[in-house]
Amino acid sequence: MKARHKRMILVGVAILGVGAAASMALSALKSNIAYFFSPSQVLAGESPKDAVFRVGGLVVDHSLKRQEDGLTVRFNVTDNAGTVPVSYTGILPDLFGEGQGVVAKGRIGGDGVFYADEVLAKHDESYMPPEVADTLKTAQAENLVESTGKSLAPAAQTVAQ
Amino acid sequence: MVPELGHLALILALLIALVQAVFPLAGSLSGNRPWMAMARPLAYGQLTMIAIAFAALTQAFLTSDFSVLYVAENSNSLLPTIYKFSAVWGGHEGSLLLWVLFMACWGAAVAALSRNLPLTVMSRVISVQGMITVGFLLFMLLTSNPFERLFPVPQEGRDLNPLLQDPGLAIHPPMLYMGYVGFSVAFAFALAALIGGRLDAAWARWSRPWTTVAWIFLTIGIMLGSWWSYYELGWGGWWFWDPVENASLMPWLVGTALIHSLAVTEKRGAFKSWTVLLAICAFSLSLLGTFLVRSGVLTSVHAFATDPARGMFILLFLCVVVGGSLALYAWRAPEVSEGGRFDLLSRETSLLANNLLFVAFTVLVLFGTLAPLIYEAFDWGKISVGFPWFNKMFLALAPFMAILLGVGPAVRWKHDEPMRLLRTLWWALALSILVLVVSYLPAFSSGHLWVPVGLALAAWLVLAHVAVVLERLKNKGGLARMGPALLADLRGGGRSFYGMVIAHLGVAVFVVGVTMVSNFQHEEDVRLSPNASYELAGYRFEFLGAEAVPGPNYMAQRGHFKVYRGDRQIANLFPEKRAYLGGGMPMTEAAIDPGLFRDVYVSMGEAVGDKGDWAVRLYYKPFVRWIWLGAILMALGGVVTVSDPRYRMARAPARRPATSSAGGTSAATA
Repeated sequence: MKARHKRMILVGVAILGVGAAASMALSALKSNIAYFFSPSQVLAGESPKDAVFRVGGLVVDHSLKRQEDGLTVRFNVTDNAGTVPVSYTGILPDLFGEGQGVVAKGRIGGDGVFYADEVLAKHDESYMPPEVADTLKTAQAENLVESTGKSLAPAAQTVAQ
Repeated sequence: MVPELGHLALILALLIALVQAVFPLAGSLSGNRPWMAMARPLAYGQLTMIAIAFAALTQAFLTSDFSVLYVAENSNSLLPTIYKFSAVWGGHEGSLLLWVLFMACWGAAVAALSRNLPLTVMSRVISVQGMITVGFLLFMLLTSNPFERLFPVPQEGRDLNPLLQDPGLAIHPPMLYMGYVGFSVAFAFALAALIGGRLDAAWARWSRPWTTVAWIFLTIGIMLGSWWSYYELGWGGWWFWDPVENASLMPWLVGTALIHSLAVTEKRGAFKSWTVLLAICAFSLSLLGTFLVRSGVLTSVHAFATDPARGMFILLFLCVVVGGSLALYAWRAPEVSEGGRFDLLSRETSLLANNLLFVAFTVLVLFGTLAPLIYEAFDWGKISVGFPWFNKMFLALAPFMAILLGVGPAVRWKHDEPMRLLRTLWWALALSILVLVVSYLPAFSSGHLWVPVGLALAAWLVLAHVAVVLERLKNKGGLARMGPALLADLRGGGRSFYGMVIAHLGVAVFVVGVTMVSNFQHEEDVRLSPNASYELAGYRFEFLGAEAVPGPNYMAQRGHFKVYRGDRQIANLFPEKRAYLGGGMPMTEAAIDPGLFRDVYVSMGEAVGDKGDWAVRLYYKPFVRWIWLGAILMALGGVVTVSDPRYRMARAPARRPATSSAGGTSAATA
């Protein structure tokens, strides 16, 4: 075998490998991504009915209710233009709180309740998920936002820009 | 006063860096020796200035000087002293200062330890480091000055994020940064070689120990991060494929490829351009990681509160570094390439395959990490890529990596015969297949398909390396005198070989850990009343109740659990839920009964109802320690490799280039 042939074989194998990996990666990606929707988009029916997606916004004050079993909680998430009830079974992250930003991942039920199997936690209390900040910004453009307290200071800053 | 001194020291450091970036390099190009000779003193001066700035900030933290904005935001007078110290790098500005400090340390180390490096090469390396330092110091002074004052001075600081008040996290960022920044040395060596047009075995030998040391730090840094998130976040996982975790993994993957490709360049003079490209990529990915963390473009559990100006600056800096170095590469690389030839079955080919696998995996991780940005840029919606996708990608590539990892060290350089290879490895192969079959039995695998695969691959890794070690010892004087041969080997030039073996065994340990914990772990969220118990995976957790316990700067609700295996009590666990006084932020402190073969793990959720009930999370994690143990072994292998006598650069240039391995006949050189 000449050196040139060898190189051709190596290059060929490499291209095949890259092609296979790329197609595999892309096809797998389709079933593993979760789109983000704001509560008002969910109410408008823009979110998928039978797929996992994420919804984010602020937890409405005094909306957190614990169910009988002690592990399931219900709370409302709002972008100040629309509100979606969320149900979650399990332990909430430390930084979860009423009036705070939150992103939940799950499916919407036939009853209009969003059943989350993941509620996103943050390391930093002054951090706002970019999607949530965007959502609030959009809502503010429609003159619907008002700041709800000190915990929201960073969000308010983002909104103010 | 002291903070202003620190600020001044930073400005002086910037001036030194500017001189450092220009004069030694210009001197090396024009043959001006005095200019080149400036490199060493400049590197030491740089370190001195940044050390002064760092000391000034540390002093502000230790004395709780809340007139400094950064201190007021990240400290509190109640904070224990040790965390006042680690709070120095607890936020954005301070961690940048730490980054620059390490950068200066690496520069000074290059200056001090490279006495046998030609002056031109050394001055170019220091110059390139100076350029990077200019970028970072400008970034700090323009967008994130840690010494900014705050008026009026607040009575009390806002407190360090409670999650960071932990010994694991006090050392995790420094380790990680040492690794990130360490790749700047490999990067600087690569650029110096490109500028000089001289890319040879000597270059590879100089840059190998530096790259390996950076890689060791990065390995330990990632390991600590994973371990910390496991016990501190109370979620029980060890890797989440979060953008910031990926940001540290990508340079590690490319760095690993780089270490292997450097070996080929040193031993055989091949892959030169490729090695240089990897060195550029490793550092560029470190910078990209910084960009992702600091700019807040991605949703991440790590994201700092952000400022668009910062993101913009790093993006520009990234473009300059990546663009500039790739342009230099495109311009000079054709001149420096020209490598040794090799056959299809050879060590070179297997290392090339290793490199392709690592790079492919890096590209996949990069794609998955940036996919949300790509989607948003094309207006396809706001997405997040779930970690199952990353797991799938990892599982698709990992088996090939592991199979190859067993074969590679057994193959000879340049040319090998399939039959010879089979003679060395046949029993390792046979035993691994036996492991595959046995562990496929339902009694062992409980129907999980990945269990037999993972265990067989781990067995293959261990056995193939045993076979390779045996063969090396046989060649060195027969199995009868194995002990003395081993000792002589360890004293002589064999350490890089044994370092490789240890690191590869670390991979085997890691594979066992991942396989076992992924397939056999149990996790349950339950509501427990005082004196009630719950059984999970053969362990009975008895909840005795929770009580309030004050800490130095927090109030804790401390639960008491007794864990029984059968009738025997094996552990008392005291998980806590803390409320920090500074910020009022709640924090879960999990309690873990660790073991080599299993962890039992309890974390407190929240109080439920008014009868003392708690929502708690219980875990059973078999073999989870093996994951970190594997990473420690990998790092240890790196340490042993670097201690190989042929890398002792500080000594006079008396040592000749690697004598034992230059022939390429010994199958067993690393």
